[in-house]
Amino acid sequence: MSVTGILLSLFASFAQTPSKDSSSYKSRKLSFEEANLVSSYYRQDGDNAAVTGGIGSEKLTDLSNSIDVRFIKWDKRSRKHSFDIEVGVDHYTSASSDQINPQTISSASHADTRIYPSLNWSVEDEKKGTTFGAGLSFSTEFDYQSAGLGLNFSKKTANRNGEFTAKGQVYLDRLKYILPVELRPGGGGGGNGDDEGEHYPTKNRNSYSGSLSYSQIINQRLQVMFIADLVYQQGYLGLPFHRVYFLDNSVNIEKLPDQRIKIPLGFRASYFLGDRVILRGFYRYYTDDWGVKAHTVNLETPIKINPFLSVSPFYRYYTQTAADYFMPYRNHKLTDEFYTSNYDLSKFNSNFYGAGFKITPPKGVFGIQRLNTLELRYGHYTRTTGMNSDIVSLHLKFK
Amino acid sequence: MKKNKIPGIFLSSFPLTLMLVLFSCTPVKEYQKSMLNDSEMVLGAKKVEKTEMSFQTYREGASGANGGKTGGGCGCN
Repeated sequence: MSVTGILLSLFASFAQTPSKDSSSYKSRKLSFEEANLVSSYYRQDGDNAAVTGGIGSEKLTDLSNSIDVRFIKWDKRSRKHSFDIEVGVDHYTSASSDQINPQTISSASHADTRIYPSLNWSVEDEKKGTTFGAGLSFSTEFDYQSAGLGLNFSKKTANRNGEFTAKGQVYLDRLKYILPVELRPGGGGGGNGDDEGEHYPTKNRNSYSGSLSYSQIINQRLQVMFIADLVYQQGYLGLPFHRVYFLDNSVNIEKLPDQRIKIPLGFRASYFLGDRVILRGFYRYYTDDWGVKAHTVNLETPIKINPFLSVSPFYRYYTQTAADYFMPYRNHKLTDEFYTSNYDLSKFNSNFYGAGFKITPPKGVFGIQRLNTLELRYGHYTRTTGMNSDIVSLHLKFK
Repeated sequence: MKKNKIPGIFLSSFPLTLMLVLFSCTPVKEYQKSMLNDSEMVLGAKKVEKTEMSFQTYREGASGANGGKTGGGCGCN
């Protein structure tokens, strides 16, 4: 049975008769609230892979599945406790990763699986309008492990029309120092053609982020949110198998500073236009001390065909300047202090557009009472560097 | 040194926009929030956008301010 199947069985065993909407009684027993299953298939292609120094195939596929289950209970002081358990599994294949060691028939990184469980708890005091939460997260794949800890606090205004939220998050990451085969001491790859037999040194990467946001109801149709983040990263911030070719055709791995400070500032607004159309907008300005400045604009317009069916076309525009350390294939000088040919840090614009389709029938999707919502979404992404991708996602909500 | 005027305009107008927004608020009672409570009105990314946000974090230099990851936890930027 798959992980998803096991988890679905688990929450089904906790499931009870849907709780009655009663303000006079709140269960102090742990009860099932909802479960969400999200599955996605992503594919991309392009000709600027960082593994091969800014040239070569960027072909990649990723099949992602995650499930989160929420349980709730009320304590003696009528505070609501929520417990969220989430498990995600990604399986990806990457043509460029196969070039870390092209001598192997199939290197360890050409395909990999990432597993990322997380646990979150929060307690909401409706009388005071406060919520406090904490969470733990883990992620593991062949060459990358991560542990995360997060805390958050929210406070509503007296009239319950505004809410201030503060969040703090720490990620402690460790990555295997896997060099391209020709740069390894002795020039050897996995002796038996299988990199998994190798013992690699490791490098650390730590990320600390703080986030402040304020949401405000403007009137019965409009609400807005302001978000300001501050992120500090420290440690090994490149990837050891990203090649850089210099003007003289010599090769090395990318070299980036061991610190980075990022400041993203965001604004969101949702407006109910008439009876059937909703406008959801998002704008973000981003700057960091590597020289990347970016603007993101996103507009989505859910249209309610009827109370149980909506269609949501969306469009996202993104533009960024290049990092100070980026140069294309064979453009870097040997005297450069830092260097990368990773096109994710180049100057480019991107367009992302598509549509979503969502049904929430009163008797459940396909007549299954507990299957509350089905949402399907497709998007196409193009980047001015030539990279393009497609993604299709399915979200099922069980209540 | 590179200069970018757009952020300056944005940053200087940010407090003004915030004040204008807050002063134009009309108090809304709980029973008047039917439209605001619609699931499509949520001020944040939807569950179905989860993987989209991940690949954008990998494929773009910028991240954060959208409720998702701001760095760390994966081999992304």
